[in-house]
Amino acid sequence: MATASPVDAPPVDARHDYLLRLGDDSLILGQRLGEWCGHAPVLEVDLSLANLSLDLIGQATHLLEEAGAGDGDKLAFHRDVLDFRNCLLVEQPNGDFARTMARHLLFSTWQHMLFQRLARSSDRFLVEFASKAVKEVAYHRELSSEWVIRLGDGTEESAQRMTEGLDWNWRFVPELFEVDETLQALIDRRIAPDPREFEDEYRSAIAAVLAEAKLEGPADQRPILGGRRGHHSEHLGHVLAVMQFLPRTYPDATW
Amino acid sequence: MYTTELSKTAKIQNLEDPKLLEAFEARVAADEFIEPKDWMPEAYRRTLTRQISQHAHSEIVGMLPEGNWITRAPSLRRKAILLAKVQDEAGHGLYLYCAAETLGTSREEMIEALHCGKAKYSTIFNYPTLTWADIGAIGWLVDGAAIMNQVPLQRTSYGPYARAMVRVCKEESFHQRQGYEIMITMANGTPEQKRMAQDALNRWWWPSLMMFGPPDADSPNTAQSMRWRIKRETNDELRQKFVDITVPQADFLGLKVPDQALEWNESKGGYDFGEIDWEEFYSVVRGEGPVAKERMEARRKAWEDGAWVRDAAAAHEEKRRARKAA
Repeated sequence: MATASPVDAPPVDARHDYLLRLGDDSLILGQRLGEWCGHAPVLEVDLSLANLSLDLIGQATHLLEEAGAGDGDKLAFHRDVLDFRNCLLVEQPNGDFARTMARHLLFSTWQHMLFQRLARSSDRFLVEFASKAVKEVAYHRELSSEWVIRLGDGTEESAQRMTEGLDWNWRFVPELFEVDETLQALIDRRIAPDPREFEDEYRSAIAAVLAEAKLEGPADQRPILGGRRGHHSEHLGHVLAVMQFLPRTYPDATW
Repeated sequence: MYTTELSKTAKIQNLEDPKLLEAFEARVAADEFIEPKDWMPEAYRRTLTRQISQHAHSEIVGMLPEGNWITRAPSLRRKAILLAKVQDEAGHGLYLYCAAETLGTSREEMIEALHCGKAKYSTIFNYPTLTWADIGAIGWLVDGAAIMNQVPLQRTSYGPYARAMVRVCKEESFHQRQGYEIMITMANGTPEQKRMAQDALNRWWWPSLMMFGPPDADSPNTAQSMRWRIKRETNDELRQKFVDITVPQADFLGLKVPDQALEWNESKGGYDFGEIDWEEFYSVVRGEGPVAKERMEARRKAWEDGAWVRDAAAAHEEKRRARKAA
């Protein structure tokens, strides 16, 4: 499909761009999960959501520091929407707990499969990063799978909410498997895994969780793309406005 | 913290079997731990249930003023530290609810008591967090006061509470250090940051002193609680200790403690300090704190909005059990 590029986009170093994609995915999802703090359905869930968020912020810190030559904060707090490279899925609003868990299942299953392969990258930093992060993400995948099953096969209301949560997020899944020139260049250099190689495995894994949850898989929808090129949903600007307000308001301060 | 005795209505009744009571008192006096299955006087059980659940509620409500800044933490490192801290507080809430449950009241009953306004929580969380420096001040002052209250509770007479406190205290000292580190950074930062730091100290100082509860003269249950080793030092003793430790820390930051009457008293080896506004304290205890309504609304809303999740988890568990049995 025809796609518009942000005007005057800076020249792209593919590895730098890839670090931003991975780092921004973790950062924005971590930020979203942080919004739950103190408001979860039960104390144990508050603990697990904070735990997921903490892992993701940790991942973002490593990735953005690598991308920013040691200064991850400059990248996290001083870029605007057009320069963020996260996928659209992670910036989706939390909605109710079912929608949050649907988003997390869809994302963490992908991230887990990606990191398993990234741990065999030709890039030493990415190998070290992914070897550690894959363990965290395995837990994220397990936790969200369990909740999707519990809610799908719980009450009529929870099944209905789970169906709606999946339906909301489903249109953003194809973006996870999109390969553009930047990614292709890294696949060719064996730095990045080719996500298309595990798309079938991903779809089967999600189908298996939904089957156990006694839920119908959502019907395929027209893919919504653009995050990797800085073309986001309306939500991201608001996420950034909140997240970046202090460093932006006091640019000379250190914290 | 959060161990202030906030209820004056507890009546100590001695309708117990005098022999059992005598044996119990002797064990407590010998600093033995009382365990859940041991005999204990009803008043001891009631007082402890109230104190531990109040402490648990304080941890949970205390997540809100700090949670208010998780999405706005000014660096990745600060965000991660704050998340870890708030996560610890949820954990403290959990152990404390569990410790209180060993006394025979369920977590649901305790939460219900909080939501209907019957149970209290620390007054400190009914004040708002306005700037990032408040996150520093909470760690430094509020967690500092909490540690002062909780360290003696590691030797409290009820075993499950004492053991929970050992872990809680370790984590609280990390919380206090991170708060003070934020204050150091802000107090040595730009003029705007210094202003935020001083303003945070101005707002949090007196409410922090109130965390130790009413003066000993107006704390009718202190004597009984001390005898039962539920409490090990009086409110005024702990408050004095806190002032003596904290004032030099404020000096080191170059910040001014908002108390005209504050003065070193050589003869007592401690600071003299001004009169606390007890009218404010009691009104905040009554639920009239600046953001008391917001805090309770947030807790009730989380609980009500989450009802369908808890119902679904229970229904799922039931289905699994039925399938297993089949």
